[in-house]
Amino acid sequence: MNRSLTREQTTTIVQGILCLVLFIVLLQVWLLSATTHAWLGGDDSVLWPAAATSAACALVNFALLRCLNRLAV
Amino acid sequence: MADIDQAAWRQDFPIDWPQDHYVARRDFTRFLVLASLPFALVQLGIGIVNWFRRNRGRPPAKAIAPLAEIPIGGVLSFTYPDAHDPCLLLRLDDKTLRAFSQKCTHLGCAVTPNADKSCLYCPCHKGYFAVENGRPLAGPPRRPLPRITLENRDGVVYAIAVEVNAS
Repeated sequence: MNRSLTREQTTTIVQGILCLVLFIVLLQVWLLSATTHAWLGGDDSVLWPAAATSAACALVNFALLRCLNRLAV
Repeated sequence: MADIDQAAWRQDFPIDWPQDHYVARRDFTRFLVLASLPFALVQLGIGIVNWFRRNRGRPPAKAIAPLAEIPIGGVLSFTYPDAHDPCLLLRLDDKTLRAFSQKCTHLGCAVTPNADKSCLYCPCHKGYFAVENGRPLAGPPRRPLPRITLENRDGVVYAIAVEVNAS
């Protein structure tokens, strides 16, 4: 990561990553809730697409975490 | 508090509690990412459990009672497909039989027919279901009761399948 970033720039990037991660986690919570509701109601057609989406969300989150760890403090 | 008033061990291990309790944005983000993984795993777990359930096949047929022993307007409780799955059999008229799981689709309380047997009633949160098809009529339940498929074999009523309807 570019070490010439100022502290303000780094803070902005960290805040942006935090917002993205928070949004994705909230999306996962909603996804889990909607999937459970559908499953208990007998509709299992959404289970695997929802699981794939949630796994993709987790991967994106880990990629963002990797970006965060590369940022200079 | 002045250092002189502190216990000796506190001077040896000076912990800055406010700093110790401080959670930085980076740490919070790491925690969120860590929380993201269980959500994905639970989703996958639901898919796997569903896959096993689908491949388990239909439960075996189970005799409930001879038709002649069920009075018109009568209600009979039985378990199907397992001993821990209570169900209700209702004889609405001479030819019409209905059976549903007794577990309310809201929070799993036992539903019972109301006095005139026009609907099934969950006393926990005042949920009502239609006796004809198990659809929720009132109260918090949003999903219909799982319906038990019945079959008349030589005058004996059998439960042969569980039908879970999407709302």
